[in-house]
Amino acid sequence: MHSFINQFPWTLYGQKRTDLMAKQLADDERPLSPHLQVYRPQITSVLSITHRMTGVVLALAAVLLTYWLASGAYGPEAFARSQALMESWFGRLVLFGFTFSLYFHMCNGIRHLGWDLGWGFELVKLRATGVLVILSAFALTVFSWVMAYDHVGKW
Amino acid sequence: MNSTPHRNRQLRSKLGRVRGLGSTHEGVHHWWAQRMSAVALLPLSLWLIFSLISLTGSDYTVFHAWLSEFGNSVFLVLFLVAMFHHAQLGLQVVIEDYVHSELWKMGLLLCIKYGAVLFAASGVFAVLKISLAG
Repeated sequence: MHSFINQFPWTLYGQKRTDLMAKQLADDERPLSPHLQVYRPQITSVLSITHRMTGVVLALAAVLLTYWLASGAYGPEAFARSQALMESWFGRLVLFGFTFSLYFHMCNGIRHLGWDLGWGFELVKLRATGVLVILSAFALTVFSWVMAYDHVGKW
Repeated sequence: MNSTPHRNRQLRSKLGRVRGLGSTHEGVHHWWAQRMSAVALLPLSLWLIFSLISLTGSDYTVFHAWLSEFGNSVFLVLFLVAMFHHAQLGLQVVIEDYVHSELWKMGLLLCIKYGAVLFAASGVFAVLKISLAG
């Protein structure tokens, strides 16, 4: 059964491809990029791509922040419009997403700075800090929104 | 390059080492600027989040009073400059990694570089207009 599976066309293709990659690696001993299509998702790779995605999302948040400030510079009517936009249910949903993105990018960014200092490369630490980043991002997001609702005094 | 496989025990290619500054021709400048702006953004972002929480649901006069305070306007200008610089550096890497057509890559890089300056300038000018109007 095992050899039967190994002889399937796609398996052969995969094996050939792996052989080719191994040969390339042996030839010049330079690292190859991970091929995302054949990689099993792991906490390290998932957090890495999430870091990028939240970064792109935060660039959109930056545009909204500029709009909000510009509306404040324009005058009371424009400011009231932008406030109303963000107070709508859709506005709140978007702001909630931005809040999570910011906290995630910030927490994982600290993780990145740790690596830059040479700290936390061991697999155990890599996974532990990864879990810590996810939990902190969620906790800080919920905490901030509870604070905001508490500040307004309306639930 | 000869046809026989070369033995290169270092991670950088021979050509890269010869040229000295790597594939982007600027050495570690991009990398370093990204880290410097990231470190600056840590305290600035936390300050902004807690300011925004305390501003939730406030009207124009409260917003104006908050932004007119000297410390707030200084921190906000610093945040905008560091953040748009950081965003532009990050988006650049994303574009360079995923966009392979030279024309599209150049076009998008122009858009994000000019866009970052446009939005940063607009944001900073809005802060100055409000805070200097007193």
